[in-house]
Order: sequence, then structure tokens, then C-alpha cells
Amino acid sequence: MSESTSSLDETTELAESDEDPRDTVKKLHGVAVTDSKGQIVLHPAAEGYHDLIQLLVEEGYAVCVDLCGADHLGNATRVLPAAIEPERFELVVNLLDVRTPRRLRVRVQIAESDPSIPTISDIHPGAEAMERETNDMFGVCFEGHPDPTPILLPDGWEGHPLRKDFAMGTIPVQFKAVEGR
Amino acid sequence: MTNLGHLRNRDAVLRMSETEAEERAAVVDPDDERMIINMGPQHPSTHGVLRVTMELQGETVLRSKPVIGYLHTGMEKTAEDLTFLQGPTNVTRMDYAAPLFTELTFSLAVEALLEIELPDRSTWIRMMMCELNRMSSHLLFLATNGMDLGAVGMMIYGWREREEILRFFEKVTGLRMNHNYIRPGGVAADLPDGWREDIQNILEILPQRLEQFDVLMTGQPIWRERTQGIGVITTDEALALGATGPILRSTGYAWDLRRAMPYLAYDQVDFDIVVGTYGDTFDRYAIRLNEIRESMRIVEQCLELMPEGAYRSEDRKVTPPPRARINESMEALIHHFKIFTEGFKAPPGEVYTAVESPRGELGCYLVSDGGAKPQRMHIRAPSFANLQTLPHMMHGGLLADAIAVISSIDPIMGEVDR
Repeated sequence: MSESTSSLDETTELAESDEDPRDTVKKLHGVAVTDSKGQIVLHPAAEGYHDLIQLLVEEGYAVCVDLCGADHLGNATRVLPAAIEPERFELVVNLLDVRTPRRLRVRVQIAESDPSIPTISDIHPGAEAMERETNDMFGVCFEGHPDPTPILLPDGWEGHPLRKDFAMGTIPVQFKAVEGR
Repeated sequence: MTNLGHLRNRDAVLRMSETEAEERAAVVDPDDERMIINMGPQHPSTHGVLRVTMELQGETVLRSKPVIGYLHTGMEKTAEDLTFLQGPTNVTRMDYAAPLFTELTFSLAVEALLEIELPDRSTWIRMMMCELNRMSSHLLFLATNGMDLGAVGMMIYGWREREEILRFFEKVTGLRMNHNYIRPGGVAADLPDGWREDIQNILEILPQRLEQFDVLMTGQPIWRERTQGIGVITTDEALALGATGPILRSTGYAWDLRRAMPYLAYDQVDFDIVVGTYGDTFDRYAIRLNEIRESMRIVEQCLELMPEGAYRSEDRKVTPPPRARINESMEALIHHFKIFTEGFKAPPGEVYTAVESPRGELGCYLVSDGGAKPQRMHIRAPSFANLQTLPHMMHGGLLADAIAVISSIDPIMGEVDR
């Protein structure tokens, strides 16, 4: 925990140099930064997301440790920086710097009307399976993904189970028919 | 510079849907020397239900792809319907070989949201139980790894030793597996009478048994032939693919969350991080064998340093009133009832916690909307990320070695598929 606190101070210093004095939102690489229980969270726009991940690799956050989606349908308690427009879906990427042990989280808002975002599997090959899982569970399309096939769900499954409007236990289990029977 | 450049063979992954692979496997083209075969999901060496689609040329594996999802039961969805106190019963079923670690990372996440401090004893009990669990998990690995490579006797020995630890778990938690022992706010029960003798007994038996394993496997020429230089992976590849735990350490990179980002009381105990040199199957085997010895060192120190005090938080928000109070106070009874029916509410927010499980970084991303149930609960399963190294390890190797490589990743399909 002490490492993440110290790196947060660095972030603040970085932010002050290129900050608009009228803007109260802390920034890193021009992206709004918040603090969640002592953990640093970046909130880029969907357009700047891919470049930001690339920039963070050069800064040392070279391991994409986790990537998952979240559906905030009906969640009124979410706190986002002023400049960020809340959307239904969020993509959450946890990055790790293994040289100076520290973590950083990136949260991107994804609109329900167009749930797509560039893939980062060209930067972090390890994100490939995680993006496939997010596509299965939330229906978020990753543009440029090398293998956009289902990973946990069977081929041809309809619906995205982790969406809040995908009710539990109300649909019959879908099975593929066995040919010749 | 991207991580992609670190991969030696970018084409090692067979990118093909399950349906397409099935169709391709059915067609035999006499001019094409390559062949697609499916291994699993019911192959005995696939540790449950892992299916690997492989492209072979003769006996050489060219491209491959782990096909998963056969054990997917929507546990992350289920978690959204369980209160924070019920949560551990769900997550404990993910990594069934090391259930206490998933309970731990989930509980740490809930506690971070609630911002509650734990008594020292509960922290030390958690640490000791987790290290015992690491030992039992690695013993299970030694058993299955031996079995996969033909040392069938090892299967029985590994399970015998593991049973010693599971017997202790049963005494403490009531169950051999899926304990629901580590809960938000502490642990479910204090250590039972005579726990010190039980642990001393385990610590006495194990060292000589581990030496027997060394005789049976480590120094044995056949074992070395089958594991050394097989399934090699480099540090850069492991990091690029998000692989952690023994796979990353086998490449010589001493990354262990217990040391790098200490949680519980790992900064107060003395232990070494075991690393390999070549990143091959033998290194991954040797790391796990020696990590059992390091875990025993930690457990020994826990025996000495175990503090007295409460085994769970005194915070009445998460901990029900003591049994004696319930008998005499109506309010205490209502309080108890409320905690177990409605559950306690966690303030809105989101947090990511990570612990070092026997397989690598086990994380929990938890979002609360202020209610008694999580808005979103995601488990970062180490086996899920580690499985992505499989095509890179198997590329160019022999089909017979594929078994050794799969086994050395030590995937637990319950946590891969969740």
C-alpha cells in the first residue's frame, strides 16, 4: 500500500505542471485521475484509451494483469470526475509495474448504443483472452482483435450473461443439437 | 516498443473457433501434412475439462489453442445475488485446490470497501491457513504432475501428504475443501484446542516425505529427461502474457506479491522466493517442491508468533454479537438476524485487491453501489492468464511433451472458467 501512496504523490506533481488552474480535476497524461481507497484510477475517453495504454507501458506499467467489464445499469452511486460522461458499460484494466512495484487502474466508459473499443492485445498479448471474456459477458466489441471468438460461452450462445438485464434462471439452458440423433 | 515484440513466435496460437476446428479435424487432405487434433476435454491429463486444439506436423506441435469454458457456471453473476457475507461460499468453489486464497482476496476487497481494521490474530490465522493451503495445493500438483509423466506412485504419495493438511483443515473449518472459513471481518472460528500439536505433527512428517520425492523424481534420470528443456518460456514472454506465480518465477524473475506488495503479515516473517533459471517444466516442478519448504518455514514462524486476541473484527457492523448476548438481549438477537438475512451494506466504491495464490496473482475487483450485495465482482484468476502461455510453450515441441507442459502450468479449471 505504501508504494501506491508514494506514486500517487508523483502523479499529483506531474499533474500540477500541465494543469489548467481553473480545472480542479487532477490529470496525468491529460487524463482525469481519481483515487479509490488509495488506488490510482485513470479515466480516459474511449478515443484516447489505446494511446494511453501504450504511453503507460513506456512509463513502466508493462503488465496488463487484468481486464474486465462492468455494467452500471441502475447504479446511481458511481462517482466519476467532472469531465467524464457516465455510460452504461465500463472497461476496467488493471496494470502492474513490476520494476517499482505499483499498480494503476484504467476505467473507460463505453456507450450502450455503440459498445466497441480498440483492442489492446497488440500492446499486451495477455489481454487477448480477457477481451474475449469481456466480449462474451458484456457484448463489448474489441476492434482489431485477432481472435474474436467466444471463450467461456459455447459458439452461438445468445445474450451476454453479465449484463444487468440478463436475468438469472429465467431462460432454459441452451444446448447445441447433436446431428444424426 | 510493445509487449507483442517480446513473443518469440507470434503464430504459436491457433486462432480458430471451436466449430471451425471441429470441421477441419473431420477433413483429411492427403497433400497437407498438417493435421488438427483435439485433446480433451476428457483427457486424464487435462486436469478436469481443458481441451487443447493442436495443429500437428508429424509429432511436432505447430500451433495450438486452449479451449475453455466447459466448467463455466456464471459464478461472477451468482456473486451479484449474494450478500458480502455469503460471497466467500461462492468464490471458494473457484480454485478448489486452494480455496482459502479466493476467500482471502474477496474478503480483503470487502474489508477495503468497508475500511475496517482486523485484529492481529485473525491476520495471522489467515496467513498460517493460507500457507498450509499453499502446501496442500503444491502437493496436489506434485501428485498430478507425477501421474501425468508416468510416475504413477507419486499420485498416491502426493495425495497422502495432502490429506494430512486437509485433515487439519477439517478440524479447523469443518470441511476438507470449500471452507468458507475466511470471511469479511476475520475468520469463521478460532483455532481449535491442540492445533499446535497438529501443525507440529505435519511439520515433522513432511520434510522426510519431501526428501523421498527428491529420490523418486528430482534426481531421477527419466524424470529429468522428460522435463528439462521442455516447454521453455522467457521472462519477457511471461510478463507480456500476464503470467504470474511459478511460471514467471521459473524464468528467473523473483516476482512474488508476498514480497513485492506485502499483505497480511508477510512483511513480519522470513522466507525466500524460489526462482528457476531456464523457464522449463523442470524448473516449474522444482519451484513448487521448494515452495512447500518455504511455506513450512512461514508456518513454523506462525506457530511462534501467533498473537492472542480476537479472531474476528470487533466491528459490530460486520460481526454478529457474541452468543451469550443473544440469549439475554432482544436487540442482539435482531442484530444477529439482520446480519445473516439482509447482510451489511458496503459504502459505494470500487477496489482491486490481489494476493499471491499457489498459481500466481489472484485478484478481486469489487464494485459496491452502497447495497448489501456487490454491483460487480470479478476474480482475476491466475490460471486463466497462465493458460495463454500454453501455445508458446508447446510450439515446436513434441506431442508427448504437451502433457508435461499442460501439467506444469497447473491449471485449475474451476478458476479458469468460473
